[in-house]
Amino acid sequence: MTTTQPDPEWPLYEVFIRSKRGLNHVHVGSLHAPDAEMALLHARDVYTRRNEGVSIWVAKSADITASSPLEKDPLFAPSGDKVYRHPTFYDIPSNVPHM
Amino acid sequence: MQVDQAPLEEAFEATIAANDRIEPRDWMPEHYRQTLIRQVAQHAHSEIIGMQPEGNWITRAPSLRRKAVLLAKVQDEAGHGLYLYSATETLGVSRDELTRRLISGKQKYSSIFNYPTLTYADVGTIGWLVDGAAICNQVPLCRTSYGPYGRAMIRICKEESFHQRQGYELLMTMMRGTDEQRAMVQESVDRFWWPALMMFGPPDGDSPNTAQSMAWGIKRHTNDELRQRFVDMSMPQAEALGVTFPDPELKWNEERGSYDYGEPDWEEFWHVVKGNGPCNTQRVAHRKAAYDDGAWVREAASAAAARNEAEASQARVEQAPRPSLRGSDGRVETR
Repeated sequence: MTTTQPDPEWPLYEVFIRSKRGLNHVHVGSLHAPDAEMALLHARDVYTRRNEGVSIWVAKSADITASSPLEKDPLFAPSGDKVYRHPTFYDIPSNVPHM
Repeated sequence: MQVDQAPLEEAFEATIAANDRIEPRDWMPEHYRQTLIRQVAQHAHSEIIGMQPEGNWITRAPSLRRKAVLLAKVQDEAGHGLYLYSATETLGVSRDELTRRLISGKQKYSSIFNYPTLTYADVGTIGWLVDGAAICNQVPLCRTSYGPYGRAMIRICKEESFHQRQGYELLMTMMRGTDEQRAMVQESVDRFWWPALMMFGPPDGDSPNTAQSMAWGIKRHTNDELRQRFVDMSMPQAEALGVTFPDPELKWNEERGSYDYGEPDWEEFWHVVKGNGPCNTQRVAHRKAAYDDGAWVREAASAAAARNEAEASQARVEQAPRPSLRGSDGRVETR
């Protein structure tokens, strides 16, 4: 997500929420704030009004480096033809248990 | 630089055809982008302006319970506006620009919010009918073709159910009260029924953007389809509540398996859309005043952020380097 900010606008922060212990933080949206501390407080008000989270991360959108959708094919090509990385590639007789 | 757009367009069309989602950094036709900006921004503005009619009653709620509920609801509307602004920004338009377009009248919001809230019963009716109509509109939008918009809609729909139920419960409570209270409910429903039907937009024949929006998977149903669904959903709810809708043509059509209903006054609809509704001027003026009056808060927050940053960089110079990942509880997770 890249946006160019006109000067007076606060930087854009991406918000990530861990919904409960044991799960990853997941991206939920973005918001503007003057700094990271305020971004956390805003994120609490905007994205966790109903106990949706136990932990919040915020990161400036400008600090995120993303792969390009146009390069999707070449970027992911190395894994595309390696079917032997999947367990179903291997034929095991059905009478072999626990496999 | 001249880029051959044909393969890009093909990839876009293939994604749409596969019912897959378009994501922010994907190539998309400029018209798709502009259509989305218009629709999602209008939706965001509606949530923000939508705080006003009900916010009007917060200080005069009849009990602490109703006040807490109404506060939570109005706060949700603000949150919904922010989810949607966040989605709109992924299309390459800044949030300040969106606010400017709202305040200057360049972008619209739902006309329903240009009607006044005259009694506390309106808080209930808005929850039941206006949020009910919004839910009808929004549930299919969870499957809209633009990823960030669909994700925002999923969050919103989860929360709207509370809005509708608190409204209906409020009206049920009033219907169990005095004759005067029952009359208040009926009067409120009479005022909001037609504007609620208009929330689905003009009839399909007068909705020039619908075909393209449906082809792109931005919209999933036509205005009239959604309007019919809303009428069919609302009738049994009205019966259970003990109120009627002000439409003599409303009756069950066995053949269609749906209710027939009368034509809304489209002249009134266009009149309000063009800015001449009962509250258009007041709503936009209030939004502008809130923005202007909040300037000192934004400046203070910026100043505090600058000062904290200055102090932090001073501390960095004086102290040993800190690990980079600090938890929100202030505890340091070392690498």
